[in-house]
Amino acid sequence: MNDLGLYLPGTSWVHRLPAGVKLAALVLLGVASILIDGVVTVTAGVALMLVLYGIAGFTPRLAWRQVKPLRWILLFIVAFQWWARGWQSAVDVVGVIVLLVLAAALVTLTTRTSALVDVIIAVLRPLRPLRVQPERVGLLIALGIRAVPIAAGFSNEVRDAQRARGLGASPRAYAAPLIVKSLRHADSVGEALVARGLD
Amino acid sequence: MPVVEVSGVSHTFGEASARRTVLQDVDVRFDEQRVGIIGANGSGKSTFARLLNGLIVPTEGSVTVDGLTTARHGREIRRRVGFCFTDPDAQIVMPTVGEDVSFSLRSTDLTKEQIRIRVDDILGRFGLEGLVDHPSHLLSGGQKQLLALAAVLVTEPALVIMDEPTTLLDLRNAQMIGDVVAGLDTQVVLVTHHLDLLDRFDRVLVFDEARLVCDAPPGQAIDFYRRLMS
Repeated sequence: MNDLGLYLPGTSWVHRLPAGVKLAALVLLGVASILIDGVVTVTAGVALMLVLYGIAGFTPRLAWRQVKPLRWILLFIVAFQWWARGWQSAVDVVGVIVLLVLAAALVTLTTRTSALVDVIIAVLRPLRPLRVQPERVGLLIALGIRAVPIAAGFSNEVRDAQRARGLGASPRAYAAPLIVKSLRHADSVGEALVARGLD
Repeated sequence: MPVVEVSGVSHTFGEASARRTVLQDVDVRFDEQRVGIIGANGSGKSTFARLLNGLIVPTEGSVTVDGLTTARHGREIRRRVGFCFTDPDAQIVMPTVGEDVSFSLRSTDLTKEQIRIRVDDILGRFGLEGLVDHPSHLLSGGQKQLLALAAVLVTEPALVIMDEPTTLLDLRNAQMIGDVVAGLDTQVVLVTHHLDLLDRFDRVLVFDEARLVCDAPPGQAIDFYRRLMS
């Protein structure tokens, strides 16, 4: 099951918090992250986030699955920071990234996409005179979230097809069909959106 | 039932150097409640279906629904004519079942409570009750197709066009979709390779090599199609 950043229903107070409050808290955390410093503070922040996952009824395993796709990049950052500025800096930098990823995932895991989109539309409404179309931006975000499991499914299909044909780990044999499938899907979604009255 | 008129329609794709005719000189008028469309792959039936709600505008001729021309009134026609695609994953745009059905009603004047009632009602009719918050990508193939159809029908269209909705489904799910289609009050145009779904239809159109080659009741049209393919 692909639960990367997708809404999981629940009744916890984290779920019940208004989407606008959660998004505002996320933005604040993002801004405040430049001030988060020191191994103890960073560790406490990540621990607090894991407590929030627990309150929302999510397991540490689910929290790990949100960070897992970044593990190689994080490892590289740890190695580089350790080499360049020492182990404390490595923990600081990686800890803050993990904290922000966990926080962003917690927002999407506990908030219906439609609620997030409503907030984004409301926030962007004053920009209408600048030709910004809030509904379009909201739809774009909803489609982006919806595309995560679809892209993951395409990736698995292409990998299976590669294995079935004995092609091994060929980047070209993987990327070309994946891009073609994704573009075809994008075309179909565009056509479906028109059919659903979005033109 | 809406009256659909296709007059002198031809349609071509591609640039001048590699132009491909996908429909040639099609004339047909129908207002029956159940109209089936069959034909080999590439015969033009999906293009024909897309012409009926203005997803494609013909390069020659005209298509009208209740007197409105698709070339001029595409948006208005699409409000009355719903379209169900072969691959429901392309049609389902929201991450959860309830959100996707609600999405169809976003530009109506309904209140949130009225939308919720309509969504619950349609999901109940399609056996998807209790799945309002379920991630849409985790539904089975049959459930996804039901969701796609529910998201179309919640807008109460006068006509629903379905382009091979059972092609990606197993026999049980295909029969389930067939039963749902048979029970709809609205007018339906069904493009399909599952010929048994057309038993209870009023009229069937057969396409071959870009032309409408047979227009008859289901029994006759299916016999014609079988002879054509043999």
